[in-house]
Order: sequence, then C-alpha cells, then structure tokens
Amino acid sequence: MASLASGLAMGGYRINWVGALCLLIIVGWASVAVFAPWIAPHGVGDVVDSDYFGPMTREMPLGSDYLGRDMLSRILHGARYTVGVSLAAVVLACGTGVTLGMAAAVSGGWFDAALSRFLDALNSIPSKLFGLVVVAAVGSTIPVLILTLAVIYVPGSYRFARALAVNVNAMDFISVARLRGERLPYLIGAEILPNILGPVFADVGLRFVFVVLLLSGLSFLGLGVQPPNADWGALVRENIGGLPFGAPAVMAPSVAIASLTIAINLLIDNLPRKIRDRDA
Amino acid sequence: MTAPLVEIRDLKVDATTDAGRRIEIIKGVSFDVAEGEIVALIGESGSGKTTIALTLLGYARAGARISGGEVWLAGKNMAARSERERAVERGARVAYVPQSAAAAFNPAHTIMDQVIEVTRIHKLMPPEAARAKAIELFRALSLPAPPLIGDRYPHQVSGGQLQRLSAAMALIGDPKLVIFDEPTTALDVTTQIEVLRAFKAAMRQAGAAGVYVSHDLAVVAQIADRIVVLKDGRVQEIGDTRQILDAPKHPYTRELLDAFRPRARAAAAASARAAPVLAVESLSAGYGPPRADGTPSILIVKDVSFVIEPGRNLGVIGESGCGKSTLARAVAGLIRASGRMLLDGKPLAQHAAERSMQDLREIQMVFQSADTALNPAKSIRDILARPLEFYFALRGAALEARVDRLLDMIRLPRGLKHRRPTELSGGQKQRVNLARALAAEPKLILCDEITSALDSVVAAAIIELLKELQSELSLSYLFISHDLNTVRAICDEVAVMYAGEKVEQTTPEQVGAPGGHPYARLLMSSVPRLDPDWLDTLERDPALVEAFSKR
Repeated sequence: MASLASGLAMGGYRINWVGALCLLIIVGWASVAVFAPWIAPHGVGDVVDSDYFGPMTREMPLGSDYLGRDMLSRILHGARYTVGVSLAAVVLACGTGVTLGMAAAVSGGWFDAALSRFLDALNSIPSKLFGLVVVAAVGSTIPVLILTLAVIYVPGSYRFARALAVNVNAMDFISVARLRGERLPYLIGAEILPNILGPVFADVGLRFVFVVLLLSGLSFLGLGVQPPNADWGALVRENIGGLPFGAPAVMAPSVAIASLTIAINLLIDNLPRKIRDRDA
Repeated sequence: MTAPLVEIRDLKVDATTDAGRRIEIIKGVSFDVAEGEIVALIGESGSGKTTIALTLLGYARAGARISGGEVWLAGKNMAARSERERAVERGARVAYVPQSAAAAFNPAHTIMDQVIEVTRIHKLMPPEAARAKAIELFRALSLPAPPLIGDRYPHQVSGGQLQRLSAAMALIGDPKLVIFDEPTTALDVTTQIEVLRAFKAAMRQAGAAGVYVSHDLAVVAQIADRIVVLKDGRVQEIGDTRQILDAPKHPYTRELLDAFRPRARAAAAASARAAPVLAVESLSAGYGPPRADGTPSILIVKDVSFVIEPGRNLGVIGESGCGKSTLARAVAGLIRASGRMLLDGKPLAQHAAERSMQDLREIQMVFQSADTALNPAKSIRDILARPLEFYFALRGAALEARVDRLLDMIRLPRGLKHRRPTELSGGQKQRVNLARALAAEPKLILCDEITSALDSVVAAAIIELLKELQSELSLSYLFISHDLNTVRAICDEVAVMYAGEKVEQTTPEQVGAPGGHPYARLLMSSVPRLDPDWLDTLERDPALVEAFSKR
C-alpha cells in the first residue's frame, strides 16, 4: 500500500498528494477564468450593496468592495485578467526566450555574442519604467499589456535556457547529430529541448508568478487593466482602504493571488514522475 | 586460531524502487577476512561488489538498507550499530579508498590538511605527530618529495599521485581494514603499476587487512590473497588467488577468465585493387585560437599519417592525453585539422559542416560513453529511426522493419524499442550506440574507446559482435583504445601514439617487440597479466620509465 502513502499513480505516472492538490487548485482557477461570466452572481461593475466594505453575508460570501460591488463576482471576473494575461505573456516570453537561448547555445560565435549583448541591454531597463513608457506611448490595451510583459521577461528566460542548453550541447549525442548533418531546428527541437524541459517548466512557473506581480504593480499605477475591470492586484490596491475595518474585500484577492502562485510553485516542485520500475 | 577480523554472515541488502517495490540487491553473502589479509571482490557492474564493501563501513547507499545478516568487524556488528557508533569506527578502524581520488579531495584545502583530518576528528594524535606520520606514509607510498607534497593542492599533483595520497588518507588512522573501491580503474596502465606497487608495500608495512573491489582480474591477481567472485548479489566462488586463476571451479569464473583472453582475429587479406577506405596524410589537429601560420595554438595531434584498407581494421593505442581521441574527432570532422584526408580516393573536407551527405553517412563515429552519446529523452526506436529517416527517407512500415532488423543485428530483443536509454544496461546501451552507426550503412566506423566503460565479459561480447558485423557488412574500423588486449582481438594493424605522434605502426603481435619504439615496449610491459607473481617480478627499465613519465 505504498502508493496510498506517497501519492496517486495513474497511467504510468505518479504524483504525490501535494502535487495533486496544487494541480486541482490551478485547474480550478483556470476554469474560473474561462467560465467567469456564467458563474459570477453579479456583473463586474454592478453596485449591489448600499454599504461599502460590507462583511461576509449569505448574499455576498466575500463581502462588498469600496463602492459596494460584490467582491466574489469581482474576483471571479478578475481571474480572467490575472490568469489569462499572465499566462499569455509568460508563454510568449518563455517561448521566445527558450528558443533563442537554445539557438544561441548551439550556434555559438557571433550570433550568440550579438544576441546575448542585445538581451543584456534590454534586461538593464527597469521593468516598471519600460511598462510606463510603452503604455504612455500606445495606450493600455490587453494586447499591449501582454506584449510588454512578454518583452520584459524574455531576457531572463533566454539566459536561463542558454545556460541549460550549453551543458546539453556539450554531450556526445549532439556531436553525433552534427556529424549526421542535422540542421539547427532539429538540434534544438529534438535533441536539446526534451532534455531541458523539466527546469524550463520550473522557470515558466516562477516567471508566471513574477508576471502576476508585475501586472498587479502596473494596475496599482493605473497602467494595467482598466476599470471597471480589474485583475487581482488591482483589487487589493483599490480596497486597501478597507484594511482598518478588517474588510474581507482586502483579504480575498490577496488569498486568491497567494493560492495561485503558491500552487504553481508547489506543483512545479512535485510534477508527476514517470514510473520507471516496469515490473511493479 | 583467533577469530577472523571480518565475518560477514548471510548479508542481505535491499533497495526500494520508485514504484515502492523492494528488490534484493545482495542475496545472502557470507565470507571472512583474516587479519592482514587482502580479499578481492570481483564481478561485473551490478553484481553488488561495492554494496558489500560499503556495508563494512555500516553504510548503504541512498534508497538501500541492510535488511538482514551480520557484518562483524573486530567483534562489532556494523549492521546493527547506531549511526553515531558507526562514525566512531569509520576512519579509525575501517577506512575507504574511493575510485576517483580527484572527486574525493576538496580542491580548496591542501593535501596535508585533508590527509590528517581523520586524526583530528577521532582525536588520535596531535597535529605535529599526524604530519610526521603522513610524511612517513607518503614515503612508503613512494610519492615524490614526501616532506613537501602535503603542502600542495589536489589539482597540483597527477591522478596516480592523488590516488596514492587517498591511500595515505585511509592509512593514517591505523585502520584494521582498508576498503579499496576500484582505485586504479581510472588510471593509465603505466601509472597503474606504480600505484599497485605502492598500495601493496604500504599495506604490508601497516599490517592492515584489505577488501579490494575491482572488475579487473589481472589487477586483482597482483594484490589479493583470496578472491570472492560475485554475480547478481550472490557469491559464485571463493578461493585462493592461484586456485581461482589456475583451477576455477564455477562456470562464471571461467567465463571471466575467458573474457580476459580474447580470440585473435583472422587477419583479412588486403584487397590489392580497391582504393583505401581512408587515407590520412600528415594530419595535425588541436585546440585554441590559430597562430600566425594557421596551426592551432595547442597542438594535440602532430603529423599523423595512416591508411585503412577496405575490410581491414586499424587500432590506435596510447595513454590518456596522447591525442588518440582527438585524432578520431579530426577524422570525423568535429574539429578542424590540417593535412589531407581521402575517403575512397576522393578528397574529404576537413569539417563536417563542409562535407557532403554521402561522406557524412560513410564515416560514422561511436563514442566511448553510451550514457552521453544516447539522448536520454528519446526512446531506442526514435534514436535508431532518425538516421534511417534522415539518410534514406524511410517512413512507416519500412522504417519499423529496418529498426527491428537493426535490433536483431546487435542481438537485442525487439521489445526494447520503447525503452529509454537509462532503462538499459551499459552493454545494451553500447549496442544501441553501435546500431545507430550501422543504420547509416557506413564504410568506416570510428570506435572511440567503446569497450572501456564496460565489464570484461560484456566488452568481450561487444568485440565478438563487431567482428561478426564486419564479416557480414564489409566494414572497416578505426579502433581506439588504451587496452592492448582489446585492440589485439580485433585489429589487423596497431598504431602506438605518444604525445600526439604516431611512434610505431605494426601488426598486433609485433607491438612492443624488442627493436620497436621504446614507448611501445614500456606500454606492452605495463599491461597486467593473469599471474600473481607478475608485479613482483616485473623489471622495467628505469631509464624508459623516466623518459616517458610526465609525472
């Protein structure tokens, strides 16, 4: 009964209880993001309470915010922005960064040097300042936000993937593939990527958390998601005045951010493993 | 008669797999070691020899545990002690010499500090006395400049010296038992002799008993009083060294001995008409930025020429660092070289990137370590299918059938197709490594130390496979090795390399014969033989050793 003690085994993979729980939380938030308009009891901008910073009641399980709007509905709608924008940005950032990183490691020479210096330069721009300039120049729309967040996180992802890929590039199976006459896309896609996938996933998770926090920061400055919509970071900021009253309106979005980011990090530490022992 | 120093009784060790299943690694092993006696544990990898040796320290590797039996060391059962009680014994009563001394020394501390650390931990003697004793041990291990060598850092001495220093580290606490875990496996044959001699003398002087773990029968024959032959966690045979070597009782022991005497190859007749498969003329190769005249700043291979006729094999031997692997990499086109190369009489571009698809296909390279040469993220099927798709554009059923045929060719069950390399044994991985080269239907295969990481029985099987494939597929091999016995088994001609130059090329029988190059003679005389008296009676010309010793 060892499998009960250490987790779930399914289809040749094993995941422990922490990982399974975290996966459940993440899947839960993702479905909330998709189905928010249908499951939220009220619209995102509807003022439904005559009081502000209302307590938890049967009608409003998470109380009301500083304008008397239903907090539960605000959080359910906010999940779209926090999960959706951050996910799009992180996929874009890590997709670009990892591809470029592997290409630089395999190619070496001037391509590697030029790309590395360019991305180092990009990395040296403070991220909030960069966001500020871009939003001031082209305005705050969702595509602009996603693109800005992605550009900010490309250099870090590039550096990370390049460091990993340089090690794999030194292995003999890469020499074998080169001697066979393989070209760059095959080398990075089929030989290197599968070997760095684990750490890359860990990095994607970490960067997702950074993006969530940066998005919250931009929203705090009024540069992120525009009212009446709000991501979770913005929800914390706009309800900060409720802190002296112990209003659930401050606590709830904070807990939402924490549950998502912690669940992602714990899942990455407890990813499902393939069971190697075939005789069991 | 007094009780033996070590009594192992019905020892069992088991390990937990990732599915939570317990498997037995050691299945009830019993043997004794008397005071001052050296007992060798010999067997292939996975036979449990190191696991047994470690239980003498009361230690089992992560995931494993001693599940039954007794390990009595000088009246104490190491299997039943607490970790704190075992720590008192370790270093003081039983000591350990690891396989890789380079990995065992801390590069940030001087050698002396690390050698006398044991006396400090166990409060055996004051530091000055410990230092004096260490210098005495350095002398006993015939290390150069005994009073000064302790002040150096580990990277400042050679591999052979470091291995002897790790023996000094083990002996400083006056242990009753020293465990040697393959201490000479990573060394060149010419260095191995010095280290073995030093171990033997120092152990005799200290009067300590030893457990010597190795897979090399010839090495064990020089140092052990008795031999324990292991396979699959069970004792196959225990006997005096001479009895094991001269009159083995168990079939497995005979198999081990047979693997040590590979059958020589029936020399292939050179076909006079065809152009050589590969002709290399004054090849030089190296690393580093090019100098003014275009040669690399560090030259590893200097002006080497040779010719490989169709169906014939050339062996290249030499110690590590002599440039034999660099030679193979230059021929393969992994590094730039100067000189001329002709493949089938046609000029061959220096670098792989400039070669035609057909040239790339016709020369295949098999690397030493199948662990790094096979992509761990791919299945065996994917690894073998890629060259077939790439060179011959095979798809679908034809592709699967060809992969199956390749697996048949290398004598692996077809069911292994869906496994990953990490799920295969060392010998199986090396076969897959070879099959990938065969998939390209090459004319020449460059074999870079392909049997060096394998056990002798497995290596002998690979050599037999290479010979069979050659007769079926009209291949040629450039066979690089540091092991002369292996080269002899498969090659028609042998080139000896020293310091980047080819010093001799002759038939396998003639290598090291009187009148040949002195380095070839030294190399030949350093290859251990299956004779317990070989080391003690070996006389090497000191002038030769001096001339060709970089250490």
